Amino acid sequence: MKGGIVRGLQSIGDGALKIVERIGAVVLFLGQILMHSGAILRRFPLVIREMYFAGVQSLIIILVSGLFVGMVLGLQGFETLQSYGSSESVGVLVALSLMRELGPVVSALLFASRAGSAMTAEIGLMKATEQLSAMEMMAVNPLARVVAPRFWAGVLSLPLLAALFGAMGIMGGFFVTVVMLGVDSGAFWSQMQAAVDFHHDVVNGMIKSLVFGVAVSAIATYEGYEAPPTAEGVSGATTRTVVSSSLAILALDLLLTAFMMKGWN
Amino acid sequence: MNRATLNLWVGIFVLLGFAAFLMLAFKVGNLNLGGGGGTYEVIAHFDNIGQLKERAPVRSAGVLVGRVRSVSFDMKHYNAEVHMAIDAHYHFPMDSSASVLTSGILGEQYVGLDAGGDDKMLKNGDEIKLAQGAMVLERLIGQFLFNKAQDSSNEKSSTGKGAQ
Amino acid sequence: MNDYVVIRDLNFGYSERPVLKGINLTVHKGGLVAIMGLSGCGKTTLLRLMGGQLQARHGSVCVAGQELNHMTESQLYALRRRVGMLFQFGALFTDLSVFDNVAFQMREHTDLSESMIRDLTLMKLNAVGLRGVQGLMPAELSGGMARRVALARATALDPDLILYDEPFTGLDPISLGVIGRLIRELNDALGATSVLVTHDVQESMKIVDYIYFVSDGVIVAQGTPDEIRASPLPFVHQFVWGEADGPLPFHYPGVALVEDFGLMVSS
Repeated sequence: MKGGIVRGLQSIGDGALKIVERIGAVVLFLGQILMHSGAILRRFPLVIREMYFAGVQSLIIILVSGLFVGMVLGLQGFETLQSYGSSESVGVLVALSLMRELGPVVSALLFASRAGSAMTAEIGLMKATEQLSAMEMMAVNPLARVVAPRFWAGVLSLPLLAALFGAMGIMGGFFVTVVMLGVDSGAFWSQMQAAVDFHHDVVNGMIKSLVFGVAVSAIATYEGYEAPPTAEGVSGATTRTVVSSSLAILALDLLLTAFMMKGWN
Repeated sequence: MNRATLNLWVGIFVLLGFAAFLMLAFKVGNLNLGGGGGTYEVIAHFDNIGQLKERAPVRSAGVLVGRVRSVSFDMKHYNAEVHMAIDAHYHFPMDSSASVLTSGILGEQYVGLDAGGDDKMLKNGDEIKLAQGAMVLERLIGQFLFNKAQDSSNEKSSTGKGAQ
Repeated sequence: MNDYVVIRDLNFGYSERPVLKGINLTVHKGGLVAIMGLSGCGKTTLLRLMGGQLQARHGSVCVAGQELNHMTESQLYALRRRVGMLFQFGALFTDLSVFDNVAFQMREHTDLSESMIRDLTLMKLNAVGLRGVQGLMPAELSGGMARRVALARATALDPDLILYDEPFTGLDPISLGVIGRLIRELNDALGATSVLVTHDVQESMKIVDYIYFVSDGVIVAQGTPDEIRASPLPFVHQFVWGEADGPLPFHYPGVALVEDFGLMVSS
């Protein structure tokens, strides 16, 4: 009994240490990426190429999800606000939820599972088939040639995707509430504009998605680069990318939200 | 994938992203470039601010002219000190008055500015001297009851006088 | 400076397990040397040490007169520009076309114009007999063709030293002969030094100048192909002629058969 408790505590301690260790490893890896990003402008065609895979190929899922999330927000908000007789404020509700939380967070979660996992699998497979070793032997650092362009493509793509997600969501909300449920379109926009602040809501949302982009891209490239060079190794790394990225996004969101609310003083 | 088509797609993606951002900035966030981002700050002291929060609107004649920047307790005067950021292209005379008002019956609270008649205008860091705090429901009711009670006792005393 | 690669008293191990225990070998400039041994005896490790991808525990690895152990990363990268390596399965970049694979180093390390790169790349592909495939992706090539493209890529910058990791593995007899001939021809045409790690005795015997046998982390035999064929050493004899049993037993060392099967000798 006593031994069981001790073992349980030990495993909790081990788990916590492992998490801290992994966070540290990812941060160190991020530092290495930044160190090897010096020539990124010379390699910008590579970044563009990776933006195609990370950004353009995520467009459909982001746009469709954004539209649906906005529509649901509109419906739910309308239902609730109508009982208080202020259904015109539904635009405020849709816009604020999308700008502050749902836009950055949901688009980052989708990005992690759509583009992040692909990044991990690609780099992991390149490692397993000795392509990274081959590159090293050709005196080209894989961190600069393979990892850094993917990292920067992710960092640049996610804020753009988040903006598109937000815009689509607002259009979805507009469609459901104004076109279908008959909320006055003027009130929808004017109340939204009066309540949404450019700096506090729009810019902060973009800052969030930029931070998420850094986190997801760093985790995805790290997991790929450090993946054991076997089939199971790569598939395990892909799973870990999605799980760790999602947790990182939610934890960072909490931190950033708290910081932004305090930081406004 | 051909490199030219790839670049084209990424270009479209980036343009779409920026268009979405601009829509969020102007159509949703109501960013107006005409203001040049300029605001000036004025201060007002209120006995009671009620539910007034940071970033609450500052309105004059119903028009949004600025926002509350911060709310704090003033230890010197034992009242609430409210800093307001007013859009640089709205000017108000020195003797304007500020009051904490409520939109609707249960709506959000905001600061209302009523323009005075002074020639000099408020500048950054100036204080609005005429400031009226929020109505507090309990006090209103208390005052109402007190007035009622006083009225009825006055009536009694006056009828008593009349009998003498 | 006639010795291009000099390895002295080299020790290396992964974590606790020692893999190489005191290797000494020398490769002359212009030579084509094979390192042979059983699978898992540390041949590939030895090759990676020569490429500076691993660090020796003790001893020294000298390539072109430079000690690899104490090099900074930038020095190592500078040296590697003069080294080409052919990986076991080619390790072609799967996201680039055959042309871009061969042109990779030229684009990364030189300021040659695109038309110059095109000419050089086609020449390299022509040298391995694959000028027609430059537009294909690596996934569309057969194993033998991929190996030849990888060979063209490894020699793209006319290296002084070419390292081959198991170049014959998994090839049909014809491709095998083609690769073998190409290795010899490229070595002589470029005036390069080559080190070949392989366990394909017959094919490599035809092309190399000198052979080192590695077993259990040490060099057990060395000599020219003729000397090796005539070697009286039982291990070499077993290896060269591919006999199933010999000094290297067919059975992995384990507990005695009687114990494993729980057979008790009743007495």
